[in-house]
Amino acid sequence: MPVSLEQDRRVWQRYDRATVLKRWAWWIVSTVVVIGCWQIISGATRWEFVADAPQQLAQLVRRAFPPRWDYMSQLWKPLWDTVNIATLGTLLGLIIALPIAFLAARNTTPHPVIRIIALLIIVVSRSVNSLIWALILVALIGPGLLAGIIAIGLRSIGFIGKLFYEAIEETSIEPIEAITATGASRFQVLTYAYLPQVLPAFTGVTVFRWDINIRESTVLGLVGAGGLGIALNASINALQWDRAGMIFVVIFVMVLISEWLSARVRKAII
Amino acid sequence: MLRLEQIVKKYPTGDHALRGVDLEVPEHQVMALIGPSGAGKSTLIRCINRLVEPTSGRIWLKDLEMVSLNARELRRARRRIGMIFQEYALVERLTVMENVLSGRLGYVGFWQSWFRRFPQTDIDHAFMLLDRVGLAEFADKRADALSGGQRQRVGIARALIQQPDLLLVDEPTASLDPKTSRQIMRLITELARERNLAVIINIHDVPLAQMFAQRIVGLRQGTLVYDGTPEGLTADRLTDIYGEENWEGQFKAEEDPATEAQAQIADARRFDPVV
Repeated sequence: MPVSLEQDRRVWQRYDRATVLKRWAWWIVSTVVVIGCWQIISGATRWEFVADAPQQLAQLVRRAFPPRWDYMSQLWKPLWDTVNIATLGTLLGLIIALPIAFLAARNTTPHPVIRIIALLIIVVSRSVNSLIWALILVALIGPGLLAGIIAIGLRSIGFIGKLFYEAIEETSIEPIEAITATGASRFQVLTYAYLPQVLPAFTGVTVFRWDINIRESTVLGLVGAGGLGIALNASINALQWDRAGMIFVVIFVMVLISEWLSARVRKAII
Repeated sequence: MLRLEQIVKKYPTGDHALRGVDLEVPEHQVMALIGPSGAGKSTLIRCINRLVEPTSGRIWLKDLEMVSLNARELRRARRRIGMIFQEYALVERLTVMENVLSGRLGYVGFWQSWFRRFPQTDIDHAFMLLDRVGLAEFADKRADALSGGQRQRVGIARALIQQPDLLLVDEPTASLDPKTSRQIMRLITELARERNLAVIINIHDVPLAQMFAQRIVGLRQGTLVYDGTPEGLTADRLTDIYGEENWEGQFKAEEDPATEAQAQIADARRFDPVV
């Protein structure tokens, strides 16, 4: 009750006394916890290793620079693979996530039990990193592009599905009522009343996920799931830092292009 | 034409929106439903096409009992009931033509509607209605490019292309300026007369209701408290519907019939397309 009486005048304060004390207590407790954690971390760290980190970094950069430009001739193929893994993986995720999102959204789900199952699929997909998915899939179906595509796809289901179903739940009810009132069937209501409302969000999310997947697919090669990561892993293992440097340059340029592309698409649809 | 028998609606939250409403609307009648906010007006008209499921009671549309219909039969029945909304309820990212044609969704199959391949007779009808509401050149515009009054005209065209027997109109003018409100009310009532429709209009604006409706029904806390002519709606009756208030001035608009008529004629000229 932040309003109080002081000599017949009503005084307003943001918090009353009890809340002020509680807030102070929280601040003190949090500060103590942070300092305590800092002590533990500091105790477990070899500070002499941290101290020479700048020299190590300088040496790494010196070894990787200048990048070996002629190595590029061998990178076109893994680069193409990486883009394909990202694109096909996003497509796979999109195709599976689309129906799941409609089953998971509170306003379009046919039954609460189905909604829970759909949410479960989304959570499982989201809680596992694509690198872990790739690790599992390489063990299951062997190394290569396919494992990478499926890994990216599985991870994308959760991301796309979650953002899609949130978009579906934010649709305004009036056009939906209006289309329902014409005697339209369930699927006609979906395509005429829901889809136009969510299409911009859907496109934006998909392009954003593709953009993320481009980055993620460069790493997947580390566990044998195809793409630039394999080349990177090989170069580092062989201590050929100038080649690794070249690969970093390629990744950097590729990410830059994908970012520019997705920004363009998002601007165009809104 | 339409008969409601003891319609009760209790929301899961415990709100008792309708407490046994009996109502009969004959053919070709324009009926205005007035009452304070929260009286159950919106709930009542949504019960008729079951956008809201009534808790109990019966609804007859001619010989068809609405409450007992299964999903498929309900969709067929809804084709006979057009609906117009307060915030127009257009699908913003679709074109005017697509919005109008969506009134025919109950008559075409899914893939036909997906590929927008509506029968030419529907398209002819859509163009005719767009001409009639004065939006002929807007067919290809997106709905979100239109003004409020224009959007409501698209809403009217979408309801009428269903070729309904009954028109449910939910606060058609609440988001419009006074002049556009009159034009829209005139358009709805004229079209209803042309097509011999029964109309139920929820409306806040009492003078507007008196001007355009043949019959006025007052709803208060889910119960009918007035059912009569527009002229019979005196200050005492308004108190019955809305509660105690000084109603002086409410009736001023009618005291000056000359300017009123002039305004109507001017509006009609501006608005009617060249015949």
